[in-house]
Amino acid sequence: MSDGVAAVSKFLTWSVVDGPGNRFVLFLQGCNYHCVTCHNPHTIGVCSDCGACVAVCPSGALKKSGRKVVHDPGPCISCDSCLSACPTRANPMVRRMTVNDVLELLRRNAPFLNGLTVSGGEATLHLDFLIDLFTAIKAAPDLAHLTLFIDSNGNLPAEGWQRVLPVTDGVMLDIKAFDPERHRRLTGADNDLSLASARLLAEAGKLYELRFLMIPGETDSPEEISALSALAHELGPHTRLRLNAFQHHGVRGPAATWAPMPRAGVEAAAGVLQASGLAEVVLPSVWLP
Amino acid sequence: MTETLSQLRRIAQNPTLSFKQKEHALAVEAENMLPYVLLDAETRAALDARIICDMYEGNAPYKPRYVLPDYEVVLKNGSTHLELPKPETLDEAINTLQIAYHHVPSVTGMPVFIGHLDALLLPFCDGVSDDELYRKIKLFWRYIDRVLPDAFLHADIGPTDNRVARAILRADAELKQVAPNLTFLYDPEVSGEDILRLCTDNIIACSKPHIANHPIHREVFDEPGYAIVSCYNALPLRGGAASLARINLKKVAEASSGEADFLDVQLPRYVHLNARLMRARVDYLFRQSGFFDGNFLVEEGWIDRDRFTAMFGIFAMAEAVNHLQDLAGRPGRYGHDAAANELGHRISARLAELVEREPMEHVWRGVAMLHAQAGLSSDAGTTPGVRIPYGSEPDPVSHVQALLPHHKHYLSGVSEILTLDETVRSNPEAVFQLAKGALQLGFREFTANVTGNDLVRVTGFMIRLSDVKLYNAARGSRVNTTALGAEAAETVHILDRKPRVVGLELMAGSGV
Ligand code: SF4
Ligand code: SF4
Repeated sequence: MSDGVAAVSKFLTWSVVDGPGNRFVLFLQGCNYHCVTCHNPHTIGVCSDCGACVAVCPSGALKKSGRKVVHDPGPCISCDSCLSACPTRANPMVRRMTVNDVLELLRRNAPFLNGLTVSGGEATLHLDFLIDLFTAIKAAPDLAHLTLFIDSNGNLPAEGWQRVLPVTDGVMLDIKAFDPERHRRLTGADNDLSLASARLLAEAGKLYELRFLMIPGETDSPEEISALSALAHELGPHTRLRLNAFQHHGVRGPAATWAPMPRAGVEAAAGVLQASGLAEVVLPSVWLP
Repeated sequence: MTETLSQLRRIAQNPTLSFKQKEHALAVEAENMLPYVLLDAETRAALDARIICDMYEGNAPYKPRYVLPDYEVVLKNGSTHLELPKPETLDEAINTLQIAYHHVPSVTGMPVFIGHLDALLLPFCDGVSDDELYRKIKLFWRYIDRVLPDAFLHADIGPTDNRVARAILRADAELKQVAPNLTFLYDPEVSGEDILRLCTDNIIACSKPHIANHPIHREVFDEPGYAIVSCYNALPLRGGAASLARINLKKVAEASSGEADFLDVQLPRYVHLNARLMRARVDYLFRQSGFFDGNFLVEEGWIDRDRFTAMFGIFAMAEAVNHLQDLAGRPGRYGHDAAANELGHRISARLAELVEREPMEHVWRGVAMLHAQAGLSSDAGTTPGVRIPYGSEPDPVSHVQALLPHHKHYLSGVSEILTLDETVRSNPEAVFQLAKGALQLGFREFTANVTGNDLVRVTGFMIRLSDVKLYNAARGSRVNTTALGAEAAETVHILDRKPRVVGLELMAGSGV
């Protein structure tokens, strides 16, 4: 779907939690998982221009123009009412950006940046755009110093990775669960592709970080943690492993009533993983109250 | 008179003031029993309305606001007046400096500048091991913090990467004291990235040092150069600043009918009145106070009466711009909206031009130096200097980009603080890149605080810890609110300023 254009739900010029150094982060719209625990659910869907959000906008920033719903950033007060009103978990504020638009933003902020991380949604749904963008950055002398990362759920076949990896410096890969049934229940998809991606990326030397979201009563079980440990060891004991703790922020639907993951549980799991010989286990740098 | 006497009595009998604080408060009261320096009626009226402000420096300026002695003089020659021989060893050099500090006047009663310490001490370090050096610096640092506990007392290091600078950075990160404040003078040609990285790592550990853009400052000052002192003021070394008076831009905007009236009529008017106020105060210091006469600091060459500038301060840029935006019916706010930011930049350019047109006698180079002033604790409803109002700052990169065009105008310093949330602790490379980028693009000073910020970016989006707390609390009985409070206190714990050490200069009435 590229044509050098992608649906961008948001970008940041300052991010210290999406890879090494300060990173420009591009959030692309649309996801192939439907995680009940998603904290950015409005990045999952693709807008159908149904218009349901137009009525709830208090500032007149949303208008129906012909068949399209159009967002005007001028009057928008960032109240996010439109996000809660959308039945398909889409976002009417998404803007369509070309590769050149992104290059221009990167240029304006280049002195402050160590790199670019493309996140989602699921970034790899926009594979052609990623390839075009990364190739253009690598070819631009004033941007070539930026390291290029993808934040992905790994739901991409080997053929896809082979196309994008030559221009990619690193991938942050989320494993949502090891038990296949649990993975289906939490994400609506199977985890075999995701696990294969972990192996493929590690093999290619492009796995920057393996991420695992701990959810109480789900993915914090000893079985899940020991499966995580086994995978990490298989990928190499120097695999960088990041444990995240489930929180309610942004979560919609049934998971909003689940208990948040307690700090002690994450630290205990980290202890087990470190004791098994994994060198780099990273914990959340801030604990929510 | 009876009112004054009862005020003096209140101070003398106040059970909460220390002996030292009483002494200083009584001295301030006594000074203010004298008539104010001679002002014309129009200037007086603007001062009474606090559209212009003398920082409550006192009615009869008898000492310069900031004194930046050239300590090299006493280390090279000793001091006849203080009966100090020329120091020969590192211990003697440090001891000489410690004695020297007690003879340096300033607005706070404590020195605001304690020297380019690495350049001063390096010649005494031959034969001193790294470990010995570090231990001596630690003792020196403890002495400063316990004996001269003022957050505005400032040491400079750099631009070279050297043993003393490294020992200081190491001790500073370890001790995490409020005093001394510290600036590294960074020159990409000379310093190298290694020491810049050490500096940004230190910022993560203790929000110090500040990093000054050495090539940009150096260009402004002649020999023997400059120093960064107090709240990020760049001033001539071997001199300082005679006085600081400032304009409340918010009040000037409120007196204006619109942008054109502000830029063409009101701003010129109040710049002129503030200049008159400064002239009167500077004149008193130089011609009536006798400060420079028979002063051993002058006679021995620690300071030179021709090297004192006057600082032309401004504050409340944010409120001024937002008020002018309101008058024009434009919704964009300062710090966030490109048009509002550009209006701010135009105001700074206009200020620089106007200040340049106000000649000043006795003052270094004959004109005052523009300064974005950091504020007094009594300022309410105004934002310091050209800063973006607290709590509404954009992310650090957008923040730097929004303020960058101001920096070239504020020759005596622009006090800006970037607040970084705690997640940077695990990613020091990001702070390094931010500092490097800001300095490369022309930021005069890079200052960052890593705080237990309420606003934290956890994944893609910023959230407020307090909101999460409210949300959790509303979910009722399953969550123990007491435990929450305790945990939040743990998360948001940093920068509890020690009560023993205070920012003296923030207090009205020239501090303690
Ligand atoms: S964002 Fe959602 S509610 Fe709005 S038009 Fe698109 S699909 Fe409909
Ligand atoms: S966030 Fe959405 S609902 Fe709110 S003002 Fe903007 S467009 Fe309208």
